[in-house]
Amino acid sequence: MVKEVMTSNKAVAEAVRLAKPQVIPVYPITPQTTISEYLAQYVADEKIDAKYVKVESEHSAISAAVGASGAGVRVFTATSSQGLMLMHEILYAAAGMRVPIVLADANRAISAPLNIWNDQQDSIAQRDAGWLQIYVENAQEALDTTLMAYKVSENPDILLPSMVCLDGFILTHTVEPVEIPDQESVDKFLPPYVPEHAFLDPNEPMSIGNFADPNYYTEARHDMDVAMTKSMEVIQKTCDEFAEIFGRKYGLVEPYKTEDADIIFVAMGSLCSTLRVMVDQLREKGEKVGLLKIRAYRPFPTEAINEAVKNCEKIAVIDKNFSFGIGGALYADMKVKIDKEIYGFIAGLGGRDITPEAILEAYEKTKAPENDVTWIGLKEE
Amino acid sequence: MIEIRFHGRGGQGAVTAAEILAKAAFKDGNYSQAFPFFGVERRGAPVMAFTRIDDKPIDLRYQVYNPDYVLVLDDGLLNVVDVFSGIKDNTEVTINTTDFEGSGEHEVYSIDATGIALDMLGRNIVNTIILGYFAKKTQAVSIDSLLEVIKETFPGKIGELNVEATKKAYDMG
Repeated sequence: MVKEVMTSNKAVAEAVRLAKPQVIPVYPITPQTTISEYLAQYVADEKIDAKYVKVESEHSAISAAVGASGAGVRVFTATSSQGLMLMHEILYAAAGMRVPIVLADANRAISAPLNIWNDQQDSIAQRDAGWLQIYVENAQEALDTTLMAYKVSENPDILLPSMVCLDGFILTHTVEPVEIPDQESVDKFLPPYVPEHAFLDPNEPMSIGNFADPNYYTEARHDMDVAMTKSMEVIQKTCDEFAEIFGRKYGLVEPYKTEDADIIFVAMGSLCSTLRVMVDQLREKGEKVGLLKIRAYRPFPTEAINEAVKNCEKIAVIDKNFSFGIGGALYADMKVKIDKEIYGFIAGLGGRDITPEAILEAYEKTKAPENDVTWIGLKEE
Repeated sequence: MIEIRFHGRGGQGAVTAAEILAKAAFKDGNYSQAFPFFGVERRGAPVMAFTRIDDKPIDLRYQVYNPDYVLVLDDGLLNVVDVFSGIKDNTEVTINTTDFEGSGEHEVYSIDATGIALDMLGRNIVNTIILGYFAKKTQAVSIDSLLEVIKETFPGKIGELNVEATKKAYDMG
């Protein structure tokens, strides 16, 4: 085990090196680019024994990933923002063909207006594609989650692809200390991928992604829903196994000081770090407040959320995305599944910094609500 | 916790300087974090970068608004951005300049890093040099860790030259 100061992008690349994928089709885009650069270097230096496929677009990158995964090998790809939007069509195909690809998305705003900075609209726009989506908070979690994602996706009961979502710049370009696990421990945790349902073998020919008429399509989609639901149990089990080997604990959600909290913040990704500090500061002033970090957004961990928020009075959901006429996506899901007084806040769009003042504004507006959904830090004309 | 803000232009190495400082602080036994804020992606555009150093893990994920230290890699920026924005009474500001006369209101250190860079590196890249001066003036990071990280960041001849230039700036501090 080595501890080194690095960006989340490098942490992801390190995880990929340790996971030993055999095919890596990637197309560079800010702020994902350094992931594709590190991986190209690792392949050139023979640190990863993989075919690095240079492609002409993200649509081709994910298409090559589907083909390779369908042939039965472990595959990694990564993208961001417009790149993920260009992948959209094939993201659905990948999930429907049940190929266990792992993709890292460097969360970035969607054009127009053109913006290279962080929010989470890009991955939220892929919410219903049938991919697992895990949002990470720091570089260590980016590394660890990438490893765990393979284990979950490749589980024969799941066979759905995973998207590891890391905040652009705030994580992708921030250096901080990271523990890099040794190869031996990772091999123990994540053995080579042995495909059971999709592989290329002339002696046992098969095809995937076939035509399904109205007699079959519904059941094929329902099977995916069953697998997605089942993945909650597999994610938790995988987190437990990971903790046993590497000592770092993760779950579907991560509650912080929620037991006696009157108000609980709910959020995803790097924002949770600052929120935890704010929870401590507010607690020092006698405010009974907590934080529930959502790691798994798909599958949506209703039971784990209910358990964490059962004693609170109100919930403040902070989203870095927006659905017109509704509010943030996480807010909307919480309103559907969680029977509590819930308020939604839109913040951090297009890289707008989420400061302690912005968080306090959300807190005050949850204590004395004016609207169901509030845009935080909105500049008036 | 100490918070440092760097001002530079795209291509001048402000982001690399912030990362070198974070890595050196980590070698000193601290926790650290460094990150950029890019304007538009082009050479010459004003860039900010930030470093945080603490003796415990750092959980803040927003920009530095009230820095303890400010480092300015290019005095031409003084006319373009407010490098003194949000500074505190005890904030120390280090500027690469030959002709900046502060108002006396803040602690400002001037160093002709460009002169050293042109003389010793043969090109106007000042990021390591200003860190050497900063290390001596502020003691926020040890010179040994700083030089080690510079060597790791720039292997070979470039690294050796940068180490010499950084040492020279340190001795001037």
